[in-house]
Amino acid sequence: MDSLTDKIRTLCTGLLKDGKVDMIVGFKKGTIPMSSCPCVARTPEQAKELIWDSNCTLNLANYLTNRKEKIGVVAKGCDSRNIVNHIIENKVTRENLYIIGVPCDGMVDKRKIRALFNDDITLFSEENNKLFVETASEKKELDKQDFLKNNCTTCIHRNPVIYDELAADPVEEQKIENRFADVIKIENMSSDDKWNYFNDLIKDCIRCYACRNACPLCYCPTCFVDESNPQWVGKGQDINDVRTFHLLRAYHCAGRCTDCGACEEACPMDIHVRAFTRKLVKDSCEIFDWEPGLDPNKRPALDTFNPDDPDGFIK
Amino acid sequence: MKVIKIDKQNWTGGIDKSRENYQIFGPVKDKEHFVFKKLNLKEYPDMENALSVLSPKSILFPQSEKILAASLDESQDDHHIMKRVATDYSPRAVIGIMPCDAKAVQLVKLNFDTDDYRDPYWCDAYEATTFVGLAVNKPSIYDFTLSMGSGPFAEEGLDVLLVDCKDHFLAKVLSEKGDAFLKASGFTSEADADKSAKLINEIKNQAEKAIDAEKVKTEKLKEKSLLELHGASFWEDLSFSCINCGTCTFVCPTCWCFDIQDETKGKKAVRFRNWDSCMSPLFTLHASSHNPRAEKVQRVRQRFMHKLKYFVDKYDQGTMCVGCGRCVVHCPVNIDIREICNTMNSYEAEQA
Repeated sequence: MDSLTDKIRTLCTGLLKDGKVDMIVGFKKGTIPMSSCPCVARTPEQAKELIWDSNCTLNLANYLTNRKEKIGVVAKGCDSRNIVNHIIENKVTRENLYIIGVPCDGMVDKRKIRALFNDDITLFSEENNKLFVETASEKKELDKQDFLKNNCTTCIHRNPVIYDELAADPVEEQKIENRFADVIKIENMSSDDKWNYFNDLIKDCIRCYACRNACPLCYCPTCFVDESNPQWVGKGQDINDVRTFHLLRAYHCAGRCTDCGACEEACPMDIHVRAFTRKLVKDSCEIFDWEPGLDPNKRPALDTFNPDDPDGFIK
Repeated sequence: MKVIKIDKQNWTGGIDKSRENYQIFGPVKDKEHFVFKKLNLKEYPDMENALSVLSPKSILFPQSEKILAASLDESQDDHHIMKRVATDYSPRAVIGIMPCDAKAVQLVKLNFDTDDYRDPYWCDAYEATTFVGLAVNKPSIYDFTLSMGSGPFAEEGLDVLLVDCKDHFLAKVLSEKGDAFLKASGFTSEADADKSAKLINEIKNQAEKAIDAEKVKTEKLKEKSLLELHGASFWEDLSFSCINCGTCTFVCPTCWCFDIQDETKGKKAVRFRNWDSCMSPLFTLHASSHNPRAEKVQRVRQRFMHKLKYFVDKYDQGTMCVGCGRCVVHCPVNIDIREICNTMNSYEAEQA
């Protein structure tokens, strides 16, 4: 990982020095163990703060929306797919981007790791797919593979799909046997069980909208939940309003969601919000043979009409 | 100072006894995290100082609170007249609240209970509540309470301070309310005042040593120029990573802003108040559609200026942050109030 950090710094310093970009969007080290902070570097000096490790979890495409500068952006597989989405949806132009692609072997799930310890984690480091985690009273060596974020375990696009330069050699893509096993489990539930499952899922939601705001797809100038005239959705904790938010948020992501997991990563209440969007990822894949964010020259499934489009879902 | 000794084997029995006179609130584990809530029979507060995701502020200030209601049925004499809804303000005890969270309640009180205005909903809940704190023997690495005018053994805002001494608690009685609660729980065995004070002090010193009180500095905030801080150039880069979710404001024990909403269904109208967040653009959106804080940088600046400068200047009671560390832990993009506080505290205006 350190060599990746060095390579990213070298590339970005060069880009800034040569005036090829106005700014770099990347990650810097977080102030607490197992964290990173999305950051902007405008000078070669600032580029020295850039890092790369298994905590660079959020999606940096979120920071490119509507920007007009010439931007260098550090992008792992999922970030790159959201950059493609952004280009398709006219949120940024390809010409204004210099994409430093980072082949990714998955990000770690800090919640899974925290759950192993009784105390606060004080130190986290990694080397060759091993994680070294310390608290005041314990020390553990873990296999990174066992602590990947759930969306990383089913990812089949670890290598950036669009880039100007790669920071490392491509990694081998995962062969996932049953990529949607989790969704199928829910699909097979009875209606009542599904209803209870989703109600229980969102019962702790505090409507901070971190899931929405961490998502690169959610860039509407005014989100439907923030619309006040007319007001579409109640603002309290009524389960109907909370459910409306989650369902509509998910449906706005249909055929666009890359399953980058930023929503879940951002949720302070540890809500498995991807349970909503995963179904839509599966449907767009199975019904329309569509995987979003792979090709800037193809129009998305929900953006095109073809008389032969499958319509079996209309009942 | 009266100190009561509570053997841990008598603890749950005492809690059960207190239920005859009190609604009991406390932290319990729900799914993977801790929440403060009203405890059901046979539910007991977790006494391990676990940092709940949300602070206990909701016990006095629920995230969504029904405050007024009216009938829209015009055949009724009092139709369309908003009336206060019935709320249970019988005595409540919050058990296991951290000292910093109890101090936070005192800061929130500055807003809800003033000479000019008394917020009836908050104040009635406050008056009904007895705060039974649990001293923090082992502060978390995120704890910076000592820098923020509180501490792991601070007593401000508490009626009782419990100190965990392995097989027993020592309960420092800090008010009449606290005394009454302990009596109602059947905890009446007085400990030797001098000996227990000495023991408590030893544990306190140990706990305080675990916090680096020099890490976060606030002493110059008051003397800084408000306008210079407001105009400082660091806000732009500092706010870059912010995604403008409301996490920091919702988990914060001192964020007190709310929004009023009316909802109708059939012939019933209800007025709610809901937590609001200055991170949201809607927070300041005027009816004219003008928004004085339309940009993210303005909103981020507002939150920290309020906590660390406006509040300091207005009330002269320290910062509007008690150092619990919740926002530091839960901010999805690692915006760290400790660093921002230091940046503000050491800020020297740029030369023109």
